[in-house]
Amino acid sequence: MDRTAVDAKIRELAEPFNKKGVEITEGTTFANDLEFDSLTVMDFVAEIEDEFDIIISMNQQAEIETYGQLVDAVTKLQAA
Amino acid sequence: MSRGISQSDQPIERSGDGTDLFSKFDDIIALREGLLASGQEDPFSLVMEKVLSPTRAICNGRETILLGTYNYMGMTFDPDVIEAGKQALTDFGSGTTGSRVLNGTYQGHKECEDALREFYGMDHAMVFSTGYQANLGIISTIAGKGDYIILDIDSHASIWDGCAMGNAEVVPFKHNDIEAMGKRLKRIPEGAGKLVILEGVYSMLGDVAPLKEMVAIAKRHGAMVLVDEAHSMGFIGENGRGVVEQAGVMDDVDFIIGTFSKSVGTVGGFCVSNHPKFEIMRLVCRPYVFTASLPPSVVATAATSIRKLMHGSNKRAHLWENSKTLHKGLKDLGFALGTDEPQSAIIAVIMPDLEQGAAMWEALIKGGLYVNLARPPATPANMTLLRCSLCAEHSESEVAQILSIFEAAGKQVGII
Repeated sequence: MDRTAVDAKIRELAEPFNKKGVEITEGTTFANDLEFDSLTVMDFVAEIEDEFDIIISMNQQAEIETYGQLVDAVTKLQAA
Repeated sequence: MSRGISQSDQPIERSGDGTDLFSKFDDIIALREGLLASGQEDPFSLVMEKVLSPTRAICNGRETILLGTYNYMGMTFDPDVIEAGKQALTDFGSGTTGSRVLNGTYQGHKECEDALREFYGMDHAMVFSTGYQANLGIISTIAGKGDYIILDIDSHASIWDGCAMGNAEVVPFKHNDIEAMGKRLKRIPEGAGKLVILEGVYSMLGDVAPLKEMVAIAKRHGAMVLVDEAHSMGFIGENGRGVVEQAGVMDDVDFIIGTFSKSVGTVGGFCVSNHPKFEIMRLVCRPYVFTASLPPSVVATAATSIRKLMHGSNKRAHLWENSKTLHKGLKDLGFALGTDEPQSAIIAVIMPDLEQGAAMWEALIKGGLYVNLARPPATPANMTLLRCSLCAEHSESEVAQILSIFEAAGKQVGII
């Protein structure tokens, strides 16, 4: 799956978690812009992991702050 | 009181442009001040002036029933335990002043490890200075860079800290979700070291892990399994070995971690294992090596208590009765509880929010009952809980009294 397809899929998965309907761009941050707390992060990550059949460890999550970084990471992980 | 403490807040003058490293705590300082400003008694600075028994103390000047200790089996005032401690204090002195691997291993430490080996029927036992250090030490030492740890999201802080210290890849799964655990195990790269970490009883809600299923899946994927049995030792399972015993998976778990600060009734931590190379831990596990060993009196009380717990089936039966009675009573009164059925000696009463939880806590303490107020981030799903932990020494009439104090407080605060 290429980056554009990964982006589209993650956008779809993020929708139910984006309670305030914040516009998501590459630079949107999960903690500040989307106000994800740790439980939301766990559920959201689990959905992505199941969809792409990958593991995003907490160590990797710690490096991901923005939406763009997440799409990059997932694109790389699912291609491996 | 020192002058430093009694001084009121003053602006801190700092040369240069450094920021106050304490500014990151401003939110929690404000939350706490807001709560106390309402005249609320501080739930986190209770002092027990006198301890009358495993179930009663004088707290803030009032005689209080203790329903928020981890003294599940009521061993703290057991005459044999006390006597063993006194004798060791006389014979071996007040402390070891050294590490287990240097001058800090006395006869008592070996006897304590012998007692643990017998209690669990395992080949190896290693005693740490606290339960926190047992988790910190074992987890960080065996799971290092490149290894994978798969753990329940509601794991205790000592488990998370052990994970962080070891630099392994950390993969959490949804609480008690067998399928979520299995999926994550399946995706771990071939050949990587895998450690699954579970708890027998999760201390916030008092619920039990489905260990039979989870341990089987972990083994099928070639993972090692570590189970923290802090809140079940002495109580759950036919011989009090914990949820692993109750679930019939004693032989399939690689490590059991536990503590002396709950059912055993003193302080300290341990790990038991059948791993043939386990003894090397004594040389490579830093939280074991680089700290002083437990005082002789502590290991003597622990060893005596552990041996008595092996024969504690009557106490275990009474504690189950207490747990069932309290659970049913609270449910009938209309409180929301953490589990539908009593699963352990912990019964968590779910509060609508922190303010009402704190008010309820205060009404209970004024009514003569101490419970734990638990709040985020220690609690799952940002819940505020009043955690009740029962003791085998609570009498039937004490449990009835506890329920009437809950009823009065619940009505006063308007929760029921």
